[in-house]
Amino acid sequence: MVAKPGLDGHDRGARIIARAFRDAGFEVVYSGLHQTPEEIVQGAIQEDVDLIGLSSLAGAHMYLFPAVVEGLKERNASDIMVIGGGIIPEEDIPKLKSAGIREVFTPGSPLEVIVTWVQNNVPSKGA
Amino acid sequence: MPTAAETVEKVVSGDIRSVARLIREIDDGVPAVRDVLKALYPHTGTAYVVGITGAPGVGKSTLVDQMISHLRAKDKTVGVLAVDPTSPFSGGAILGDRVRMQRHSMDDGVFIRSMATRGHFGGLTQSTRSAIDVLDAMGKDYVIVETVGVGQDEVDVVRSAHTTVICVIPGMGDDIQAIKAGILEVGDIFLINKADREGSDKTMSDLRLMIDMDQKKYEDGTWKPPILKAEAVFDRGVDELIEEIVRHAEYLRSVYGDLRFRARKDKVREELAEMVKARLLDTVVGRIIASGEFDAAVDGIVRGQVDPYTASDDLVLPKIVVPDDE
Repeated sequence: MVAKPGLDGHDRGARIIARAFRDAGFEVVYSGLHQTPEEIVQGAIQEDVDLIGLSSLAGAHMYLFPAVVEGLKERNASDIMVIGGGIIPEEDIPKLKSAGIREVFTPGSPLEVIVTWVQNNVPSKGA
Repeated sequence: MPTAAETVEKVVSGDIRSVARLIREIDDGVPAVRDVLKALYPHTGTAYVVGITGAPGVGKSTLVDQMISHLRAKDKTVGVLAVDPTSPFSGGAILGDRVRMQRHSMDDGVFIRSMATRGHFGGLTQSTRSAIDVLDAMGKDYVIVETVGVGQDEVDVVRSAHTTVICVIPGMGDDIQAIKAGILEVGDIFLINKADREGSDKTMSDLRLMIDMDQKKYEDGTWKPPILKAEAVFDRGVDELIEEIVRHAEYLRSVYGDLRFRARKDKVREELAEMVKARLLDTVVGRIIASGEFDAAVDGIVRGQVDPYTASDDLVLPKIVVPDDE
């Protein structure tokens, strides 16, 4: 699932990511804009996804990203992995990782790198 | 791995994770799922299934979003299956129908699930049918199945609905012609969405004409599909749609005496034929492909050593026992 948490109306990046994953053979659920962390968690559980990719360009990632990880934990769904991307300062990345965000991709990350990372690191529950 | 009985218990109690997992396993064709579905079957038969179909961009997801609100206002619980096409090139899919329905995501009375058409041998109908059973068993009053009405598979999907709504927009002249060629027959209700656009009266009269051409069919009191206008995005016409769906349900009840899908011989016949076909494909075709015989036959045809008719006979006939007298 590709999701846009918070008050951030820029989803060009998220859409490009969604397309890249589709073209790599993934089924991608796109959540739409302005989602609360709770809505993302609920949607991810209903869709039984393997991975949530969060996109944030508006600076609230330090609150929103860990909130999704926490929400999954509360709903007993920590098997759903969370990664993030967007405008994220270098110094925030270690903090996000220790909050349970498995990987963070910043602008300039080639699409193939992201797709390959997911292919190598996310075991599908279905297969 | 939970047992079939445990899964059934959780699904019937409405456990979201179990429902979500079961639908994924249905979609992935996990063999163990059959035992779960068998055990789940006695818990099905209470949901009313509505199919929504139409060309891309006619506003199906927005319409479904509004229908959810109206049904929730009547205290009905709703399950949604939104089927989106799989890319034939990569096998991937972007499932974006949730975007239009996101305001319902925190409502426990609503369960929304996206499904990709994937490439499986006509299995879309079967896996959707099974997913409907799951939402039915979890206790949803209504199950809405949304598909892009372009292919036979998608049309077959809506055939498993009690009421099928065909969604069009004004100005789709040629598309209505296309509808005539096979989708018209499955429509119980026609809805002209975005009716504020130019040409909605023309679309209305085109549809009316097509339905009236079948006038004979309706003479003995059979259901004649109503044509409605709506602007789903402004929540106009949605109440009327729900009313017509309820009216159609009453009609079905008066004709068949029972709304259960599996109490109708025609529906059961269709479904069972599909299931037998799918089972044969699973077992026989699966075995042929796994054994490498299939690829060998492909190579043989490409190299010109054998013709495809002989090759298919050789692949299939040894796998099935044909009685002597045939």
